Amino acid sequence: MRFLILVIFVFMQLHAFSTTIIVGQQKAVKSIKKGIELAKDGDTVKVMPGVYKEGSIIVKKSITLIGIHFPVIDGESKVENMLISGRQISISGFHFINSKHSSYIDYSAINIIDATKINISNNKITDAHFAIHVSNSTHCTIDRNSITGHATITQSAGNGIHIWKSANILVTNNSITGHRDGIYFEFVTHSDIRNNKSINNIRYGLHFMFSHYNHYAYNLFKNNGAGVAVMYTHHVSMENNIFTQNWGASSYGILLKDITDSKIINNQFLSNTTGILMEGCNRIDVKRNSFNHNGWAMKVQANCENNVISTNNFKNNTFDIATNGTSVMSSFDHNYWDKYEGYDLNKDGIGDVAYHPVSLYSMVIEKNPSALFLLRSFLVTLLDKVEKTMPAITPVELVDKKPTMKPFQL
Amino acid sequence: MIKLSKYVLYNILKSKIIIAYTLFLFIVATGLFQMEANSSKAILSLLNIILIVLPLVSLIFTTIHYYNSYEFIELMLSQPLSRKRVLLSEFSGVCFSLVMAFCIGVGIPVLLFATDVSIGISLILIGIFLSIIFTSFAFYTSVNARDKARGIGTALLLWFYFTLIYDGIILLILFTFSDYPLENFTLVMAALNPIDLGRIFIMLKMDSSAMMGYTGALFKDFFGSSSGMAFTFGCMILWAAVPLLLALRKFRKKDL
Amino acid sequence: MIRINHLNKKFKKLIALNNITVQFDEGQVVSLIGPNGSGKTTLIKTILGLVKPDSGQIYFRDKNIKQEGFTYRNEIGYMPQIGRYPENMTIGQLFSLLKNIRNKDENSLDYDLLKQYNLVSMYDKPMRTLSGGTRQKVSAAIAFLFRPPVLILDEPTAGLDPLSSEVLKEKILQTKKEGTLILISSHILSDLDDLTTDVMYLQDGKMKFFKNLATIQEDTGEIKLGKAIARLMKGEDPAANMISEILKTNR
Repeated sequence: MRFLILVIFVFMQLHAFSTTIIVGQQKAVKSIKKGIELAKDGDTVKVMPGVYKEGSIIVKKSITLIGIHFPVIDGESKVENMLISGRQISISGFHFINSKHSSYIDYSAINIIDATKINISNNKITDAHFAIHVSNSTHCTIDRNSITGHATITQSAGNGIHIWKSANILVTNNSITGHRDGIYFEFVTHSDIRNNKSINNIRYGLHFMFSHYNHYAYNLFKNNGAGVAVMYTHHVSMENNIFTQNWGASSYGILLKDITDSKIINNQFLSNTTGILMEGCNRIDVKRNSFNHNGWAMKVQANCENNVISTNNFKNNTFDIATNGTSVMSSFDHNYWDKYEGYDLNKDGIGDVAYHPVSLYSMVIEKNPSALFLLRSFLVTLLDKVEKTMPAITPVELVDKKPTMKPFQL
Repeated sequence: MIKLSKYVLYNILKSKIIIAYTLFLFIVATGLFQMEANSSKAILSLLNIILIVLPLVSLIFTTIHYYNSYEFIELMLSQPLSRKRVLLSEFSGVCFSLVMAFCIGVGIPVLLFATDVSIGISLILIGIFLSIIFTSFAFYTSVNARDKARGIGTALLLWFYFTLIYDGIILLILFTFSDYPLENFTLVMAALNPIDLGRIFIMLKMDSSAMMGYTGALFKDFFGSSSGMAFTFGCMILWAAVPLLLALRKFRKKDL
Repeated sequence: MIRINHLNKKFKKLIALNNITVQFDEGQVVSLIGPNGSGKTTLIKTILGLVKPDSGQIYFRDKNIKQEGFTYRNEIGYMPQIGRYPENMTIGQLFSLLKNIRNKDENSLDYDLLKQYNLVSMYDKPMRTLSGGTRQKVSAAIAFLFRPPVLILDEPTAGLDPLSSEVLKEKILQTKKEGTLILISSHILSDLDDLTTDVMYLQDGKMKFFKNLATIQEDTGEIKLGKAIARLMKGEDPAANMISEILKTNR
């Protein structure tokens, strides 16, 4: 009995502590800062619509901050709109504008430092230098935020979602556009990145390094200045993402530099100047991807080893595979190539002659980019045909010994 | 002029060669679309035909026609007709029949089967231009060469030059001077060969992704813009008009 | 009607016409004779504007043809040496094309030769199916079709059978009576006997003489044109030999 009373008492205590404070220009509490000051751990602060110009709002208590109909938090170009540090803090439903810009210091609209279990969801962030900046934190969720910048040059622009030295972060359902890098990770591990749209950022749609054991799925990276670039990382898996319209000489659907033990599966590479560029990559599985309408579907540099490129569809690409050397230490077996002209006499669905996906002219262009303009001329067609029958310049080992006759259903 | 070209055209349209040419184009084009599940692959093969076969047929057909019509041209010139009118009638008759053969042989299958309409239409446009340009070339060489053998020889040489030798020379130059910036040079060189010009025009649509890289971007920026399009078609029109005008000039002073 | 003034023409090194000055008038039937390569065809083509002279002028009805352009050819009927026509064109089409070009009143047209040669029944036949002789008949019919004041006939009887040849000669005689100026070049001098009023003799591009037939007959005492000319050329060996040869072959 005494135990029961104790339980009820504790429960009532808790309930009594968890109060809701309303902030609004017509309410008793007029400023968010005041609301936070009044709140205790576990409280909820609801903010009514309006424009709040209060300088930098610092949140260190474990509270839930909810904006009703997107109240505007205006930094007046003087401060970072919100600074978060601590544990179990939730921010949602706000519109952040006029965050401070600088070419020297990384200012941000929402700055999360030394925190854990932070939830940033359903906010709008407009024209920030950095929109959401997370450092030295764990178990955070960044969900359904809409981030829009108007960056024009790389030097002065900041990133959309910037995470540094953190772990177990969930980045989901966000849309990021107009920043330098859409999503930027450095020393971030065991994180999950899903369903985000990173479009029209001036440098990379996604950029990470030293960020191991992360999982990327169902994201869209479209029309970013230099596509997607990921570096110095192992154990990454990328599935069901779409990489499209990344156009330019140094723009890639995805640039893989020193990536090891990773998986790239079921993705679509559509209309990129280069679908995948692999540099110094080892033990990567590239499987069940669809490469369509790219200039170069894949460029695999000679310093890559033990990668398996298999069961992919290569269609309507100007060049399927390009490489810069003669030695090939990766496997290209069992893909569908629309340029394959072999036959299948035993009707097992596998072409009876091997396919050499590297064309002579792709190597010529590698050496002399200006020569691109002779592509598809009679001369070049002739040279390619000769090379196909008697390979002299293209790497002989770069070959698909089991090309399929029909495309895979992906 | 229309009176005379009407009769010239009528005569050509009844000739077996032009009917065979139309059928050949039609069968090849339809066959390509039927054989390839992927219509852009068929378009690619068609592009090769347009860039290689079309100029050759235009040149040879026109040259042979000119020499076969020599006495008829003489007769027409003994009538109260100006030389300009007679030659232009012959030109428009030949040109129209070749263009028509192309439009029926390639145009119809492309419009029926091509999935990418904009590439299909550019292909037809370029084919029409190349037909006209090489007819014009053939008139120039024929008017200049007195006998048929030499005329056909010159036409073949011209074809060989524009389809193969020219590109070979450019490739050689690109590699010899690879240390220098050659992007603008390639732009100029492209304009100096109607086949290259047509090829780039279609490539900008077909290989748009690849054209965004390296020098391609330069081409895309230049030829892809509306002023670039105007430039392309301006060059094409010049390529058609200049040999014809030279042929007319020569023909006016020529002894028949 | 046609006045030629110091006309010169060179083909590379070959002198085709050498300072030719001559005048042709209505009612004349001028025989252009001379050995192969003497410049007969070149002269005809120059008059038609097919060959451009190096120097000298040609006046048609006192107008320089260089300035006149092409309209003067409205008044000329021309029968070429070789008649080759577009293969698939029918006789009917050819005639309607020519009528279209000249745009003359239908009643003024001369269908005489067409009827006599029975070409009307072959109106739908394409040119490639016709024999050389028939094509020659077509050429002749074209020349006379528009009743032109000037007729230029280049080797008209070559390739025609004797009967057709007679028909053509009759036609020429009849036209001559109408006051037409007729220029005929021919190797077959016997053909010209009854037609000619004047003879123009060309050799190596030079005009050796241009004389009235009566004068020639008087000078030489020969009635036959061939013999008369042979007599006339005596002393100028090569030409005379040529004439003798022709005379031999024609007999």
